[in-house]
Amino acid sequence: MNQRWVFLTPLIMALGLGLILFTAIGKDPTKLETARLNDPVPTFDLPSLADETRRFSEQDLKGEVSLLNVWATWCPSCRAEHGYLEALARKGVRIIGLNYKDERAEALKWLDVLGNPYQFNIYDPRGKLGFDLGVYGAPETYVVDSQGVVRYRHVGVVNEKIWHGTLEPLMKQLSAPNDFITENRDHALGKGMVTQ
Amino acid sequence: MKKILWIFLGLVGINLVSTQLKADIDVYQFSGEDNRQLYLDLTKQLRCPKCQNQDIADSNAPIASDMRREVHRLVEAGQTKDEIVAFMVERFGEFVSYKPKVIPATYMLWFGPWILVICGVTLVYVLARKRRTGMNNQNSQLAGKELSEQQRQQLDRLMTRYSSDLSPEKNEHRDD
Repeated sequence: MNQRWVFLTPLIMALGLGLILFTAIGKDPTKLETARLNDPVPTFDLPSLADETRRFSEQDLKGEVSLLNVWATWCPSCRAEHGYLEALARKGVRIIGLNYKDERAEALKWLDVLGNPYQFNIYDPRGKLGFDLGVYGAPETYVVDSQGVVRYRHVGVVNEKIWHGTLEPLMKQLSAPNDFITENRDHALGKGMVTQ
Repeated sequence: MKKILWIFLGLVGINLVSTQLKADIDVYQFSGEDNRQLYLDLTKQLRCPKCQNQDIADSNAPIASDMRREVHRLVEAGQTKDEIVAFMVERFGEFVSYKPKVIPATYMLWFGPWILVICGVTLVYVLARKRRTGMNNQNSQLAGKELSEQQRQQLDRLMTRYSSDLSPEKNEHRDD
């Protein structure tokens, strides 16, 4: 009996440890929970990138399900995803840009050269809205519903896989006018259930 | 003598360079010693979301510098430690604090080690107990066995032979 325990204890411990480690496989530890999930986009009052005199607030995000894309010219991954964002914009996806800790002139030049997939761009040179949203590195892309509530955050490049696998189904679901879906959406999108 | 002078000048130079480097790290003014201490505590307790496993005092990621700036602003605005931690958690999640709140998602973190310790102690106790009762069982098994008549006679023979071998006279002879 003793002998059996001597063999079984390390085996059970190894299996337990294996189980714990196994659940972590495929999880990217650099991706954090989204603290703002299911919360309204924080209030802000920031100028437009294209027009200094024009100002935007959280009200401008409402009305339609949209992607809020955090980008900057100093961010190489933003360049990588830019082409795909343009393809999405051509498909009619509403993309709003948050130009994050950037230079206005540089950013405008970037849009001139590479094209502009954004409905409008919020200019946030000090990263204030970024900070309030919990942005910790560009690019980040948020799905914001028609009420201006954050429904998802993707950290990293938006590509075919992310779009078809996650963002598109979610945006379709959020756009559905059916009351039943709206009612159940909050349930299905409980903080614990939708994580990256 | 000249050599010593050069070494001295070299050391002064190093000091100048290092203070120069220090000056590049953000410098904040505090209205009081309490605020400064609170700032130092908080920048050690808050974790950088970008370069994980570094506190924001230690990290030179842009986000960590933004967080230090906010901590300084809030400390000077008279906010308490809990309020400032809550402010950061609201934006970056429970991850950002090295001392996360006790909520179901962090139960494992807070109680896991204690559960493991209890399991370990219990295991050692059970094994030790099992071993002790096992030994007792062996003893009692032996105690329960009676010797047969034949075995008793054999034992007596052996006892007399060996006790006579070890008798004092023989030992004396051997010593001679």
